Amino acid sequence: MTAEPVSGAAPGKPVIEIVDLHKWYGDFHVLRDINLKVKKGERIVICGPSGSGKSTMIRCINRLEQHQQGRIIVNNVELTNDIKNIEKIRAEVGMVFQHFNLFPHLTILENLTLGPIWVRKVPRSEAEETAMYYLEKVQIAEQAKKYPGQLSGGQQQRVAIARSLCMKPMVMLFDEPTSALDPEMVKEVLDVMIDLAKEGMTMLVVSHEMGFARSVAHRVLFMDAGQIVEENNPDDFFLNPQNERTKKFLSQILH
Amino acid sequence: MEFTKTQINDPEIGPPKTEIGLIGWMKANLFNSPMNSLLTAMILYAIYKVIPPLFKWMFIGSVWSTSGQACNQASGACWSVVTHNFRFILFGFYPYDQQWRPTVAIGLLFILIFFSHYRRFWSKALLIVWLVGIVIMGVIMRGGFFGLPLVESTKWSGIILTLMLALFGLTAAYPLGVLLALGRRSSMPAIKTLSVVYIELIRGVPLISMLFMSSVMFPLFLPEGITINKILRAQVAIILFTAAYIAEVVRGGLQAIPKGQYEAAEALGLNYSQKMRLIVLPQALKIVIPPTVSILISAFKDTSLVVIIGLFDLMKTTQVTLSDPEWSGFSTEAYLFIAVLYFIGCFVMANFSRNLEKELKT
Repeated sequence: MTAEPVSGAAPGKPVIEIVDLHKWYGDFHVLRDINLKVKKGERIVICGPSGSGKSTMIRCINRLEQHQQGRIIVNNVELTNDIKNIEKIRAEVGMVFQHFNLFPHLTILENLTLGPIWVRKVPRSEAEETAMYYLEKVQIAEQAKKYPGQLSGGQQQRVAIARSLCMKPMVMLFDEPTSALDPEMVKEVLDVMIDLAKEGMTMLVVSHEMGFARSVAHRVLFMDAGQIVEENNPDDFFLNPQNERTKKFLSQILH
Repeated sequence: MEFTKTQINDPEIGPPKTEIGLIGWMKANLFNSPMNSLLTAMILYAIYKVIPPLFKWMFIGSVWSTSGQACNQASGACWSVVTHNFRFILFGFYPYDQQWRPTVAIGLLFILIFFSHYRRFWSKALLIVWLVGIVIMGVIMRGGFFGLPLVESTKWSGIILTLMLALFGLTAAYPLGVLLALGRRSSMPAIKTLSVVYIELIRGVPLISMLFMSSVMFPLFLPEGITINKILRAQVAIILFTAAYIAEVVRGGLQAIPKGQYEAAEALGLNYSQKMRLIVLPQALKIVIPPTVSILISAFKDTSLVVIIGLFDLMKTTQVTLSDPEWSGFSTEAYLFIAVLYFIGCFVMANFSRNLEKELKT
């Protein structure tokens, strides 16, 4: 297989750096003064009520949303309007969506090989080898020739994770990956994410799965009304929340 | 109060006789309500009134291959107008003794269309076969090589002209329409404005006026001495016209693709061209096959409008035939004949579309 893409981040320098980020939708101030540094290998879970801006924030990182003020720097490349920078960053940042967003007109294998072949210019045979490797990793190798419509939700999400992994990204962003799944399938997807965490992948996860946050995260962030209200390691976050808003939120979701 | 069935296997009884078979179908579909029964009776009456006389006119009293005078005495249809003049109606001014050439060219076209039906033939090779086929058809028609006498393109008329205007018109209009649709959805203001202005201007005028403009106005703008082939001008007008309508239909398809597809493609790092080519357009174009084929079928029939600017397509050659006093009374038969030809063309296209959707499993 090809060598891992050369990491631009020098040791100690954060993989993702968000500085004084502000975003407006028209007049609505959706992100206020966000500051965040993500180190290589770090796992961060972001939680909060709907409309708090958590999805918007991670979508700003790969330019699916555009910020108006502040800076986002990914792997030493600053995110600006320059399309070349954007594409460079997107190749290093993998994203898993709430609604999977697999390409329905392509087989599972084609879904996975598309990125490497067209973006990383990897030869087809090698791309297929990588794809089968990751399909086996998420335990879905036997479905390689099927179409997304023939798979269950949990299987589709695992394929989506494998699809992002085939690009060998530096960071994986997860936007509520299990929110659209029924409880039995949530576990199979979380297991894949835990395996990924064990291998040292840098992960930013927007999720309501507090069990996952407790067991896997290095830091838990609570966002409300566009701001990061509280940030702490999981133990302190859940057992000893400082902010009133955080306490209220946790009392609602942890029965 | 409990209930237990004492006899498990009841004797087999079939459904009542009036509910199944032909009578059952008629009862369920034709006579299932007073309104429907009335409508059925009215339609049956209409069929009784129309079909037998039509059949009689078309086949029983009809005359098939005599002169115009004999036709005047006949009680039925005068198909002689077709059988006598079909060489002119179909091939127009193409030299009489060379008319085997367009026949061969049209045959080749049908073979190409037939093989394009089936997905297992779709590949780059098929594209090359089509290009080679078109060149061969052009060479056969025009001549000048291989001992074939030269026949200028201005002499190509009748069904040849109709098929040519349709084939090149639709093949060029489709990609242009797709580009316009993408342009209209672009975030670059210049491209978007250009696309919108083009589409709305063209949709605002009838094809006839565009044909007039191409034929009468456009030559006025050309420098002295430069002329552009009249057929070419009509061809460009048809292409530009059809493209505007295709653009709007394709834009509908692009809007129907969920935003998540665009986002997933972007998140993988695909650039604009890759995103559209590999992810969005394959899905969007597939969804809009039905309205797209409708537009193409309309465009095929609209080629008959070149009558207005004096080009001799199938419609014009028929009109010319009927202007001959011997045959002038039999317009019904002549127009029925070319109606059948247009129908065959449209049916082939509609069938192709049905097949295409089946192959693509929409």
